[in-house]
Amino acid sequence: MTLSLVALQLLNGVEQGLLLFLVASGLTLVFGVLGVLNFAHGSFYMLGAYLAFWLAERTGSLLFAVLLGVPVMLLFGFLVERFAVSRLYQRDHLSQVLLTYGLVLLFNDLSRVLFGNDVHSVATPALLSGTLQLGELQSWPIYRLFTSVACLLIAAALRQVILHTRFGMRLRAGASNAEMLEVLGVDVRKLFAFVFSAGVALAALAGMLAAPLTTVYPGMGEGVLVISFVVVVIGGIGSVKGAFLGALLVGVADTFGKVLLPSVASAVVYGVMAAVLVWRPRGLFGTPAEAR
Amino acid sequence: MSQPPRVQALLIAGAIGLAAVPVIGDRFWLQLIGKAMITCIFAISLDLLVGYTGLVSLAHAAFFGLSAYALAGLTNRLELVSPLCTLPLSLLAAALAALGVGWLSLRAAGVYFIMVTLAFTQMFYYLFSEAPWFGGSDGLYVSRKPLLSLFGKPLFDLSNRTTAYLFILAALVLVYLLLARLLRAPFGRVLAGIRGNEQRTRALGFATGRYKLVAFVIAGTIAGLAGYLDATLYGFVNPAEFGWRQSGLLLMTVLLGGRGTLYGPMLGAFLLTFLEHFGARATDHWNAIVGAVVIAVVLFLPRGVAGLVERGARG
Repeated sequence: MTLSLVALQLLNGVEQGLLLFLVASGLTLVFGVLGVLNFAHGSFYMLGAYLAFWLAERTGSLLFAVLLGVPVMLLFGFLVERFAVSRLYQRDHLSQVLLTYGLVLLFNDLSRVLFGNDVHSVATPALLSGTLQLGELQSWPIYRLFTSVACLLIAAALRQVILHTRFGMRLRAGASNAEMLEVLGVDVRKLFAFVFSAGVALAALAGMLAAPLTTVYPGMGEGVLVISFVVVVIGGIGSVKGAFLGALLVGVADTFGKVLLPSVASAVVYGVMAAVLVWRPRGLFGTPAEAR
Repeated sequence: MSQPPRVQALLIAGAIGLAAVPVIGDRFWLQLIGKAMITCIFAISLDLLVGYTGLVSLAHAAFFGLSAYALAGLTNRLELVSPLCTLPLSLLAAALAALGVGWLSLRAAGVYFIMVTLAFTQMFYYLFSEAPWFGGSDGLYVSRKPLLSLFGKPLFDLSNRTTAYLFILAALVLVYLLLARLLRAPFGRVLAGIRGNEQRTRALGFATGRYKLVAFVIAGTIAGLAGYLDATLYGFVNPAEFGWRQSGLLLMTVLLGGRGTLYGPMLGAFLLTFLEHFGARATDHWNAIVGAVVIAVVLFLPRGVAGLVERGARG
């Protein structure tokens, strides 16, 4: 492997990791604040991708599709929280797993009814369709640069909101002790609903951004769900910083695995996860799990 | 554990009824009820973890699949047909995988454990469906069904439907008795202690980690037995049946029947196998119906059908 090829794969890995971060951050936030393990998170990624495809076909622009689609998914997340997930707050893990598993089955069929069984592709926006020349032989699509920058901006904004705003303060307080926060007069129900909707919107946005890079197909959310779990296990559940580092690690490991060990590529990230588990069972930035 | 007398009577009647099926039923019923009994074995092995130890594992489908693939590999590649060879080796494969996965995932507690077992299940799934030597996403045929012969004479032939059916029934009865005995033994009491309060059980001097690992390996091996029987019954292994969805469906079977009762998951297995067989044909949106049922059970029937039975017995 030449140096420029290594650099190219590194860029691809980082880009893939950044997209993964959008999905995993929602998953880890929802668990950290609401205490709910959400298996339906991958479905929101899939629904986002389908929505992007459907809206882009009608409006002729992926940008409009994203601008219209994200509020739709926010609303959708709000409804899911109100009617299903909010009933799980006092329940055990088994109930959480099964109820959200039921949602996965429902949403898969919902997408089949709404968008059909076909595999679709979404065109890259014309403005972002060129490539960047790297060295003499390699080139990198501008769209990948665009998604990387977009994801980095979102990550920075998330960090700003969580660490430096009143809302972020409540969010962190909710993660450490929701009852206490309620006693202090904060409307925890509203906070939970908002965090869940935001998580849904983040996953859906990742699906929308990824749509031109991958194809859009039924069940595309499940692979992403499992990889997001790996990211969250590596990073430490509830930690957004951990999700960021975990996502980059998984993205880079997966990309290089595909190049160096193609026949067992999909096992590489699980190997990374196993190594982290042996070294730090609660993940890189995890807090003691007994409290959960 | 010992069951309430009414349940015991029901179980004995059920076993006799199942033994009578080959006399009256035709090929179709032998296959369908055989499948239901395999699901029973699969479900009660998970109940050992979910219902009795309090471990929500999503890795069960992986051990089921691994053992089925082991049978296919041993038969197709090494031309081993005797169940005296293939059964122990397939179970050994499942047990070793359970030991490895269990050792790693039990380092993580609570919700981590769920996520890690899910991740390992998908790892096996991707290995089966992508690696070239497993037949890819099409799966594999088992070229010859297990056959035990003595001096060239077939003694015990699992390609015979009735023999296969009775073999599955015998396996179910044995697994049930084994698990019931195990749960009555001190080992089972320690597992109950772990489910109730792990720290306290550890404080009493039990190495809870080791108990959990042993329970995980036992459950994984029994899941492997179910996988072996499944590959024997159908003569075919398909990676799509070994993914996390299958694990989720099995959890649903356990919860629907009633976790922590052993007989509940068997009720759930029969109920779901029959519903699936007839329901999947009747509608295109079977999965959505399953999804809706899962949600309804979680919200309104957290103790499953067994909970209804017991409430009826008491009231």
